[in-house]
Amino acid sequence: MLSKRNKEALFNPLSKDNPVLVQILGICSTLAVTAKLEPAIVMGISVIAVLAISNVVISLLRKTIPTSIRIIVQLVVVAALVIIVQQVLRAYAYDVSLQLSVFIGLIITNCILMGRLEAFALSNRPWPAFLDGIGNGLGYMIILVIVAFFRELLGSGTLLNYQVIPQWCYDHGYMNNGLMILPPMALITVGCIIWVHRSRNKDLQEK
Amino acid sequence: MKPLRKFLDKIKPHFHEGGKLSKLQSFYEGMETFLFTPNATSRSGVHIHDSNDLKRTMITVVVALMPCLLFAMYNIGYQHFNAMGTDASFWQMFFYGLLAMLPVIVVSYAVGLGIEFIGAQIHHKEIQEGFLVTGILIPLIVPINTPLWMTAVATAFAVIFAKEIFGGTGMNIFNVALITRAFLFFAYPSKMSGDMAFVKTDPAFGFGGTVPDTFSGATPLGEVATNVGETLSDKIPSTIDAFIGLIPGSPGETSMIAILIGAAILLITGVASWRVMVSVFAGGLAMGALAHAFPTATYPASMLDPLAQVCFGGFAFAAVFMATDPVTGARTKIGQYIYGFLIGVFAILIRVYNGGYPEGAMLAVLLMNAFAPLIDYCVVQVNINRRLKRAKTQ
Repeated sequence: MLSKRNKEALFNPLSKDNPVLVQILGICSTLAVTAKLEPAIVMGISVIAVLAISNVVISLLRKTIPTSIRIIVQLVVVAALVIIVQQVLRAYAYDVSLQLSVFIGLIITNCILMGRLEAFALSNRPWPAFLDGIGNGLGYMIILVIVAFFRELLGSGTLLNYQVIPQWCYDHGYMNNGLMILPPMALITVGCIIWVHRSRNKDLQEK
Repeated sequence: MKPLRKFLDKIKPHFHEGGKLSKLQSFYEGMETFLFTPNATSRSGVHIHDSNDLKRTMITVVVALMPCLLFAMYNIGYQHFNAMGTDASFWQMFFYGLLAMLPVIVVSYAVGLGIEFIGAQIHHKEIQEGFLVTGILIPLIVPINTPLWMTAVATAFAVIFAKEIFGGTGMNIFNVALITRAFLFFAYPSKMSGDMAFVKTDPAFGFGGTVPDTFSGATPLGEVATNVGETLSDKIPSTIDAFIGLIPGSPGETSMIAILIGAAILLITGVASWRVMVSVFAGGLAMGALAHAFPTATYPASMLDPLAQVCFGGFAFAAVFMATDPVTGARTKIGQYIYGFLIGVFAILIRVYNGGYPEGAMLAVLLMNAFAPLIDYCVVQVNINRRLKRAKTQ
């Protein structure tokens, strides 16, 4: 079940081949949905679900899809899954779906998705493709959660909407950092994570 | 001086390779060159001999900032006692301002130089003098009522993200002092604008008193922007008041006289480019005149006359001390005219037509900082093309 190759497909995207940190994909939504932890987690789970299932579907169809129209087929599969996710969120997590607004719909344009479908699902069997989808989705979600953790903690003083920074600090002059809520700080936070990641993994450093 | 020299010579071996303090070598060298003229000379190649170096250039700018700093101290005291409604002598006002400014200066230098020193130790590089000017600019452009910890956080952010990651002194794209202010402006907007930001309301080290909550110390531009209507607010000071500078505002920016003395020092010593300075004022006056020609009630700042636009707020300070920063500005001569003119235009444009930012100079300089390399590239490219064409026709 978990041969060496499958393990690589599952675990490499978590750090060494992380879609956000190393391939710099999916930055758009990383900046947009990470002001709070809750939408970031929901977004991460949605991407994992869509990516894993679409990887399996495309992998199953890979011998029958004509190469000339493969992008259209991929888009149809992903679009169908995205609409399902969107409807599920509206039904069971309405507030979060409002916060995520267009970004659930825009999962379809997330570069990680098309990248994995093109690079992996089209040339691999369903089981490795499934693991690859889970791995890349998780790699994306980890970064989202780290960025959202710092942005919500420093920007709003809360975590998952629970007040974390005590009132005592505010009484003594502490203030939430309004810049953390704005997208530029998300970019700088991602930059800092990449900075730490590269300095720990010397083989990834560009010459 | 001799005992100090002897002491430095005595401890020198500890800092060399293999010494017990070798990790602090650049710290030692920084201190040594700060206290004594280094006697190391280049031994190969051809060099231009000039007594001017980075340290001397920086010190000239610091000297040029002194009139602003001294006036700021007096004005802080003046505004404070004025707000309390009590009389105070000149020296009481100055002393209060000194006590209010000193912690900000100490925090700015301690945080900024601290980060630069640590960075230099890690990379085993020489400590650069670049922060000398930034460290004095920050207290002059940050509102006096800003809590010290916010200034510290903003300075740390600016030095790390606007300077060190680009490669340190001389490599930064954006003006470090302005990034500090921009960070404060967006991170803690309630502390950076409005009635209470620009006049110190608390006693400084037990000196002075507490200003009542009902006091309103808005800057002239803040007053103009919040008073939407057919006519200008009657509470704004006259242009002459703004020229002298006894008005609320960020410490260094209020007095046109002090800024002009600083500008004279910079121009006579040749440290700053007169092209940039003149064209910023030209741009500001041009855009101010244009806005003044079409006054609208929606944008009350358009009713200010061009001269008031230039005298109010941080426009003059930005023109003299921010736009002329040689690192972040344009370098070609024609480029400097374009760069300066656009700063002036954008400063007034933002100020008049964007109600959210009654002060536009900071954002205008930062915006043009980003475009300076492009302006230079275009100017150089045009010149190359012109000469290529000439070469072909002959």
